[in-house]
Amino acid sequence: MLNIEIDGKPFTAEQGSTIMDVAEAAGIYIPRFCYHKKLSVAANCRMCLVQVEKAPKPMPACATPVAEGMKVMTRSEAAIKAQKAVMEFLLINHPLDCPICDQGGECELQDLAVGYGTGASRYAEEKRVVLNKYIGPLINTDMTRCIHCTRCVRFGQEIAGIMEMGQIGRGEHSEITTFVERSIGSELSGNAIDLCPVGALTSKPFRYSARAWELTSRPSVSPHDGLGANLTIQTKNNRVFRVLPRDNEEVNECWLSDKDRFAYEGLNSAERLQHPMIKRNGEWQECDWSEALEFVASGLKRARDEQGEEQIGALATPHATVEELYLLQKLVRGIGSGNVDFRLRQSDFRADASRQGAPWLGVAVADLNRLDRVLIVGSTLRADHPLLAHRLRQAVKRGGELSLINPVDDDLLCPVAHKAIVAPGAMVAALDQVRRALAGESSDEAGQAIAASLKAGERKAIFLGNLAQHYPRYAELHALAQQIAELAGAKFGFLGEAANSVGGYLAGAVPAEGGMTAAQMLDQPRKAYLLLGVEAELDTYNPAQALAALRSADLVVALSAYKHKALDYAHVMLPIAPFTETSGTFVNTEGRVQSFNAVVKPLGETRPAWKVLRVLGNLMELAGFDYDNAEQVRAEALAGDAAARLDNRLKAFGAKAAGESAGGLQRIGEVPSYQADAIVRRAPALQHAAAAGAAVAWMSGATLARAGVEADADVVVSQGGGSAMLKAKCDDTLPAGCVRVAAGHPATAMLGGMLDEITVGRA
Amino acid sequence: MANEVIFHSIHQPESWKLANYLAVGGYDALKKVLAEKMTPEAIIEQVKLSALRGRGGAGFPTGLKWSFMPKNYPGDKYLVCNSDEGEPGTFKDRDIIRFNPHQLIEGMIIGGYTLGAKAGYNYIHGEIWEAYERFEEALDEARAAGLLGKNILGTGWDFDIHAHHGFGAYVCGEETALLESIEGKKGQPRFKPPFPASFGLYGKPTTINNTETLASIPYIVKHGGQKFLDLGKPNNGGTKIFSVSGHVENPGNFEIAMGTPFSELLAMAGGVKGGRKLKAVIPGGSSVPVVPAEIMMDLTMDYDSIAKAGSYLGAGSVIVMDDTVCMVRALERLSYFYFEESCGQCTPCREGTGWLYRVVHRIEHGQGRPEDMDLLESVAGNIMGRTICALGDAAAMPVQGMLKHFRHEFEHHIQHKKCMV
Amino acid sequence: MLSPESLKKIDREIAKYPSGQQQSAVMSALRIAQDEKGWLAPETIEFVAGYLGMPAIAAHEVATFYNMYDLQPVGKYKITVCTNLPCTLMGAESAVDYLHRKLGIGLGETTPDGKFTLKEGECMGACGDGPLALVNNKKICAKLTPEAIDAILAEME
Repeated sequence: MLNIEIDGKPFTAEQGSTIMDVAEAAGIYIPRFCYHKKLSVAANCRMCLVQVEKAPKPMPACATPVAEGMKVMTRSEAAIKAQKAVMEFLLINHPLDCPICDQGGECELQDLAVGYGTGASRYAEEKRVVLNKYIGPLINTDMTRCIHCTRCVRFGQEIAGIMEMGQIGRGEHSEITTFVERSIGSELSGNAIDLCPVGALTSKPFRYSARAWELTSRPSVSPHDGLGANLTIQTKNNRVFRVLPRDNEEVNECWLSDKDRFAYEGLNSAERLQHPMIKRNGEWQECDWSEALEFVASGLKRARDEQGEEQIGALATPHATVEELYLLQKLVRGIGSGNVDFRLRQSDFRADASRQGAPWLGVAVADLNRLDRVLIVGSTLRADHPLLAHRLRQAVKRGGELSLINPVDDDLLCPVAHKAIVAPGAMVAALDQVRRALAGESSDEAGQAIAASLKAGERKAIFLGNLAQHYPRYAELHALAQQIAELAGAKFGFLGEAANSVGGYLAGAVPAEGGMTAAQMLDQPRKAYLLLGVEAELDTYNPAQALAALRSADLVVALSAYKHKALDYAHVMLPIAPFTETSGTFVNTEGRVQSFNAVVKPLGETRPAWKVLRVLGNLMELAGFDYDNAEQVRAEALAGDAAARLDNRLKAFGAKAAGESAGGLQRIGEVPSYQADAIVRRAPALQHAAAAGAAVAWMSGATLARAGVEADADVVVSQGGGSAMLKAKCDDTLPAGCVRVAAGHPATAMLGGMLDEITVGRA
Repeated sequence: MANEVIFHSIHQPESWKLANYLAVGGYDALKKVLAEKMTPEAIIEQVKLSALRGRGGAGFPTGLKWSFMPKNYPGDKYLVCNSDEGEPGTFKDRDIIRFNPHQLIEGMIIGGYTLGAKAGYNYIHGEIWEAYERFEEALDEARAAGLLGKNILGTGWDFDIHAHHGFGAYVCGEETALLESIEGKKGQPRFKPPFPASFGLYGKPTTINNTETLASIPYIVKHGGQKFLDLGKPNNGGTKIFSVSGHVENPGNFEIAMGTPFSELLAMAGGVKGGRKLKAVIPGGSSVPVVPAEIMMDLTMDYDSIAKAGSYLGAGSVIVMDDTVCMVRALERLSYFYFEESCGQCTPCREGTGWLYRVVHRIEHGQGRPEDMDLLESVAGNIMGRTICALGDAAAMPVQGMLKHFRHEFEHHIQHKKCMV
Repeated sequence: MLSPESLKKIDREIAKYPSGQQQSAVMSALRIAQDEKGWLAPETIEFVAGYLGMPAIAAHEVATFYNMYDLQPVGKYKITVCTNLPCTLMGAESAVDYLHRKLGIGLGETTPDGKFTLKEGECMGACGDGPLALVNNKKICAKLTPEAIDAILAEME
């Protein structure tokens, strides 16, 4: 430890830390623009110049390492003179357009100019004008305002993992831009908006809609993926205007994925369901809540009494809150049915009987950055878990090795040590090769390489991604991962797909002995369905089958925030609150319980779903539905130690290998990031972003030839009686015999199983 | 003692050929080092004794710089030669490469041996393509002769040198900008610390020396540091190549003893052109403060003498100006240069160089205002010492020097909207 | 995109640097590409970036930072005249004037027939031979008197 002095006060500092580090820890503010705690030190803005005793010139606090006995003066006359001079330079070419700048009121330059600027400029020459750049639908540019701090550039290089922005030209003519004004493709791009200290990069969807000081900020939690990024939601006039990250070093740090940041537009969608509706004689009629709830209760009673309680099934989105999931299962079980599930895209439930707890990540999210060895199985990682992917990239940057067994070879923006890119049907075999190599049995080259990687290193983990969890032989992958983890001394776990992929288990929204899984309820159609936030054609493993089941039912009750396809098959629609309009809880993929409150009032006649379910329980005359508030529901749902209920291990699972497909083309049906839940799929700006992708049929050149179709031609893909016309595209990184066709997408919503056989023919 | 160390064969035909260099004892120093298995410490000792100071402009003692390289570093280390000569008035390294490339190569090989480097890179200024090609040819000759590359002179020691061609950026003459440029990036200087000796090319320990510095090494090794020192004066050892340009009869390079009176150098260059009156001299390249004739004529050409007159010897680049020169016009052109060449990284330089240029431009074009004098001094002062590299200082110093010595010319421009010359 | 000869030259440059550091060759690769294509179109820059495995924007940064790269088409003969102080003291203004009169174009312009481009240059590091011009980034022309300029232009066909 070194002893230094800042502004006359003594501090101890670690060798290698900078003046800025010590000052930050001590709460001494040194003005800065280019410095950012998460980025490399650029030392280019010079705003943090401070006086250091015996140094002939002022030193940048962000880059100057402390030394024993160093005396630093951050507010001395010399320091202030240097800081003011830098401020003057920054302002000479900065436009005085604060009144029309979206950054006004939350601008680092504006804030510091108050303290370090002067009333009038000595600069009487012509100011620089820089043409704005188009960089996509999410980020607006006003490049004349840029102060060249390069935070956005460093963010791309160091955090997003892809250098899409750069500073071209030199000197006063330097400009920040993308390569020939291409759209930014990174799924983390919006963070550049937060990083930009001025109004050069601002949110395009938010642009000109409100002033920072008009907005009310409230804390919340992202519902869009398994991480549960911490949010600050900004509202005005009972409407969500903007979503920003809320720092939480253990979850999202100071970052947000673009999905977390821009999906809020879907909350204000014209498709919002605002009144209860009942379908009478094929016509939808708005009605009041009591009428709708009576309709539902009497319908459920009739189904129970006339068809039997086992004819009632409940399906819930994994993006629902713990409170909602808990009350849904309590209601269904109260009626006497065990048919409840939230695992809508899962197709293999053989492991259920051997489960010992709720499957989870298996390690803390914050520990991902420090892993030495990682094996990912079956995942579109960047799309599904943008910020977990970022943490794994940091692990690789630290010297960790990441290996992959996957049907797709998407760029992870970091080196992949070893990989086996195989058809979904070969994932089990490929993973078994790793097990064999670790067990000392003969195995193939990829298996040996991955095994060797996993044998080395201290901190290691195996993760099953969404594709693995959706795959019809998921249980075998699960069992193999467990064996490999034991052999390699690694942790193993699951990359949680949705906000409550863990919470749904803890809430009990899964069938117990005798109950039906989501797949069974749709494979063996029930007479009555309760749907909680479910869009069957987009949220289930096999949309064709799901739609058929729902269409054949006597009663379909759709609790939904949106009017959607359920208008075709439902009998009653109940408007329920999205996460911004209700209190609730998400248990994230690492088992972190994160509760939140509503940030705005429910829209129109919308009600929080937990209240709707409570009233339904009352109307059904069930015991234990007399809650006064959501906290009581939460306390009951998560009674006891939630962490103790997390367990990935299977006991004595000896499932026989499921049969493989008979050699037809196999679909790789991943869910595109911006289609993954009801809110994001209604967010217009994201749908235009480069990362949204289009629904096309990707195949390798050989597979195109086998299917008798040509790249860039229209083709018809068919599954389960449904078919879609798509563009065929060539991707030679795909395994032979595979057709990559996105699921969860309107263009493919009539197709069958996400990872089942598919046929491709000429249009 | 003229042309003693480097330009000894400059007037010989094809002096750049290996055979001709060998004929005058070329590569003797390298052979001596390898045959006698001289220790790096012993070589550094001789370099220290020679009082050789960096010829690129900063004048840092070379022996001391070499001693900064970590000795027992387990990974690769590099030696880099800075031939990115773009300071207006400087043109000596081009002639070293054109006329005596092998002495530079020999110096680099000895440097690589001394520093334990894996490879050497010579970064050659973009505009001197012919010199780059000649250097590449010389490298091929040296490799073919077993002097460079694998198993040098049968000793089993490997060391190779490569030429890296610049492409038009003055700032790359700054050593860390030059490293960035070799790495294939924009030439934006790095903040120091860490210094190149610990974190240099590709993050490895690296020593960067000027062309003339490295080309002086064979002489020092062959004849001993003392002999080199004796060529010049204490703390200012050796000969130095002075590049004389501007208003002289015979502009060119002159290798003379350190400490030679300026008046002698001027005479060697044929005196002021057309017999006109000397007005001022920029003694060390465009970045250093101008020195009026009456002061300059009393100075000797060495680091210490020029520094006492408030300027710098720099790279020994002497720009001579006669009494027809308008100092406002001269400063306008220099200020434009720094404005044009600022890398754009640090705020004071990026924004301030343009400001300086525009104000001087206004004064030159009859748009000056009385307050401009103070403004120029203030802006220059606010750039000075506030940037990552010395380009900010280089932009400020000519302004400060001109205002100090020729303030009346600026005032005349402002008052009368025209030139007094 | 680039000829086999150009790629061979680029490969030779790549070999100068340690393995994994092929980005070091970007300056040479862009120079070689420019020699072949006459100027650096965005697709040329992108090709070079792809060949070296670096982001296109990083290659674009390099192409716009160093001023001998041409991001717009130039004439068959690009004549860059140094106008910095030493060259100006030694007659650069007269040389520019003479070129202007002979070619009918000013600095930064190209003749309508696409034969000549005149550019203002910064210090070329050969001030003793001033005033200087650099032709097509390769050949330095020294002591630009009207006679010298006439001789240079006569060679350009």
